[in-house]
Amino acid sequence: MSPLLELEAVDASYGPFRALFGVSFSLESGSALALLGANGAGKTTLARVCTGLVAPTAGSVRFDGVDFSDRRAFEFARAGIVHAVEGRSVFATLTVEENLALALASGRKRSELAVAIDEAYALFPRLGERRRQIAGTLSGGEQRMLSLARVLVDRPRLLVADELSLGLAPIIVDEVYQTLARIREAGTTLLIVEQHVSHALAIADTAVILERGSVGYIGPARDARAHVGV
Amino acid sequence: MLEDFIRSVFQGVPVGAVYALIALGFTLTYKTAGVFNLAFGAQAFVAAAVHWELHVHNGWNVAVSAAIAVLVVSPALGVALDFVLFRHLRAASSGARLVTTIGLLVAIPNITKLVLRFTRHPSTGGARGLFSGPDVVYRPFGDAYPITRDELVQLGVVVVAGLALGAMFRFTHLGLRMRAVVESPRLAELGGVNSARVGSFAWALSSAFAGLAGVLIAPTYQNVDAANFFELVIAGIAAAAFGSLVSLPRAFAGALGLGVASTYLATVLPTNSVLARGLKPSLPFVVLFVWVVIAPGLRGQRDVADPLSGVAPPPPASAADERSRSLTIATRGFWSVVGVIVAWAVFFAINDFWLKRIQVLLAVGVIFLSITVMTGIAGQISLCQAAFAAIGAFATTQLAVEQGMSVLVGMLLGGLVSALVGGLLAMPLVRIGGVWLALATLGFALFFHSVIAQLAVVNGGVSKPRTPRPLIGSIDFAADRAFIVLELVVFAIAATIVVLVRGGTTGRFLAALRGSEVAAASIGIGQWRSRVTAFALSAGLAGLGGGLLASAQQSVNYDVSFSPQVGLFFVVVVVTLGSRSIEGALQAAFGFVLFQPLILERALPWVINHIQPFLHVNAISGLFRDILFGLGALTFAKHPEGILEFQKRRSLNRIQRSIDRRKQQPTEAGSTP
Ligand SMILES: Nc1ncnc2c1ncn2[C@@H]1O[C@H](COP(=O)(O)OP(=O)(O)OP(=O)(O)O)[C@@H](O)[C@H]1O
Ligand SMILES: [Mg+2]
Repeated sequence: MSPLLELEAVDASYGPFRALFGVSFSLESGSALALLGANGAGKTTLARVCTGLVAPTAGSVRFDGVDFSDRRAFEFARAGIVHAVEGRSVFATLTVEENLALALASGRKRSELAVAIDEAYALFPRLGERRRQIAGTLSGGEQRMLSLARVLVDRPRLLVADELSLGLAPIIVDEVYQTLARIREAGTTLLIVEQHVSHALAIADTAVILERGSVGYIGPARDARAHVGV
Repeated sequence: MLEDFIRSVFQGVPVGAVYALIALGFTLTYKTAGVFNLAFGAQAFVAAAVHWELHVHNGWNVAVSAAIAVLVVSPALGVALDFVLFRHLRAASSGARLVTTIGLLVAIPNITKLVLRFTRHPSTGGARGLFSGPDVVYRPFGDAYPITRDELVQLGVVVVAGLALGAMFRFTHLGLRMRAVVESPRLAELGGVNSARVGSFAWALSSAFAGLAGVLIAPTYQNVDAANFFELVIAGIAAAAFGSLVSLPRAFAGALGLGVASTYLATVLPTNSVLARGLKPSLPFVVLFVWVVIAPGLRGQRDVADPLSGVAPPPPASAADERSRSLTIATRGFWSVVGVIVAWAVFFAINDFWLKRIQVLLAVGVIFLSITVMTGIAGQISLCQAAFAAIGAFATTQLAVEQGMSVLVGMLLGGLVSALVGGLLAMPLVRIGGVWLALATLGFALFFHSVIAQLAVVNGGVSKPRTPRPLIGSIDFAADRAFIVLELVVFAIAATIVVLVRGGTTGRFLAALRGSEVAAASIGIGQWRSRVTAFALSAGLAGLGGGLLASAQQSVNYDVSFSPQVGLFFVVVVVTLGSRSIEGALQAAFGFVLFQPLILERALPWVINHIQPFLHVNAISGLFRDILFGLGALTFAKHPEGILEFQKRRSLNRIQRSIDRRKQQPTEAGSTP
């Protein structure tokens, strides 16, 4: 059986600036991978390549055995890949409910959508209280809940989570990671980009450490700690 | 009284329905495509022109022809605009996108005229025949309240269209997707939305709406002419502003209210006074201006940044933000040579025809310096510079003719009056900034056009007084060459002021604020004063230039030189040819005045006739001038310094680099044995 996600010798650049150099790794279905590295190493760029936001300039991205290298981001999304982006990840001008409706709409009928939205409110009652609020005015933590709600309800095949813990209180971070563990048990494959190395390594099987756009380490998560220490 | 009001309702609702059609379409474009589309009227014109061509000129069935215009041509135009332009401007500032739509507003009608050969058969009287047969009038409420069939159709269509749009936003997912794509196409894609397709659809839909408005409204005018739609669009925008550009029902209500109010005003104001004649058509502009100033909802609206804008690579470095020294030297040298040649030509070679043009050019150059201040230095788009110029022109004429003042003093006073008006206008506006400031100035320009410029105390009444030439002591500037010297002096002084302001405190404050509306919202008193100063200075320069222009032409050619449309064209020309420098203003004046007689009518035909023997070209249509500059303005978002300026810098950089390379080669060869 082929891996769920497979990158082969991927290069990526922003205009003239080259950010990734021949990155290869693969991710088995149901596993979890931690993507680590210093600031500016290219983690976010790699996450973007995995969800179609940045097209690779060379190499290939295969999802479930199908070549996705030339596909656009919405095709990745429709194939079951969810990207929780770094920083603000909700539509600031839309209400909480509209954000949810947008995120949960694909592949659902109208009645199913209403059920899905209610499910999200059941998971995060705070969102239910604020369903008519403009999402831009939610607190950072609430915005994170809003993007996580989609993941929990939708059960994507692959979740690419970029610095989920950024700017959250430690207690909330713990909650978020418990949630990730639950998501994983439900069958979602995880690709986690994190600065909180210990959190990420606790949940991951494999680790990839990026160094200036190339893979510096790839292997079991438990051995990565030593590498990070170096 | 009550009867008056009821009659106003009956007469005003059809007017309001027309406004509503535009207000809805405009709101739709803003909501679903994120663009403040001043070219809406141009899109409406295209549909009306196509319908006219097919139905009236070629005798097609009215329904088939209208359907082609509204359901085929208009959406195709919208998709094309999205594909070529707006898709690539998502990250641009709203001001830059506004300039793009102004460029389209100028270019599209002229391209249409060219393609359909509209100039060949006069369109006069044609519009009435758009829908078959003469007016059918119904009187369901008694003889006092007649309704024509056209009005009923308009009303019916606008109600149906409004309901359909409302339903689309309420009951389908499409409206939500379109709004999401406006905020962040990439975030929408991550939610599985094909943002390119949704964006194109939004443009197709809003363009079809514009087409619908065009086909329905065209018959209310004598001619099929883009200018008609332009003023209607402003009225529609005033109504749309009531809904803060997001609420369809409020836009609808605002439009009907505006229609009724303007009709009612016409009945209660004394008939035949200028106020009654002028205020009715100008009420929407006044309302727009006042609403922009007082509405709290509009002030709060800022561009919401796309959270994923960081995914796009930064734009390629512009040819250099600062001009390189060698470019400055090269251009100074070039202009000195040109200056000497022109001076020689002016005094020894050219005939009256060209002398007149050069006088106009220099006066227009002073007016264009006002745009250098406004757009190049303060970073604001003002659409009423022609009105400021007109204030100067009228003041100069009236002061000289009626008060017997010296013409030069009249010009200076004219500039001062204009500066005063500009400063007063600016005070409430500069905090708002951006698109809304541009709109309010457009409201003022249209108000000036339909009320102030019609007053006899302003325009001198039917006698049309001649604007005299200055006379200082024994020097009479009535002679063209002497007048040119005077103009040169005035231009030099104006340019010096601009350069000094740019380098001074005001200029530095403004440079810091330029392009940042967030900063503008929180500006301190110092910056506020800088912006008001810039506005007043700009208005003053425009007024001075206007006075000079009137004196050069020895009359105020209001419609040709100072109308609101001309004011829009001013912006388009300066923005295309360089709004950041004195040289840019001169280039723009050259383009505005000489491009047509010199290049299009003489140089190009000469070249074409010499390189090929088959086709004899007489003169190239002036439409091309407007089209070229309109298209030029489309590059503003990418090259705010002006496309010509950009090209100059790039070519010079290339030359510089090739020189560097040639210098390097020998040393490299030397270093490797
Ligand atoms: N839009 C862009 N244009 C140009 N360069 C970019 C762009 N986005 C990122 N970069 C550059 O690419 C490199 C990798 O950036 P990336 O965001 O992937 O780093 P990262 O590992 O996620 O860093 P951090 O831990 O700080 O989030 C950086 O040097 C960054 O400056
Ligand atoms: Mg990052």
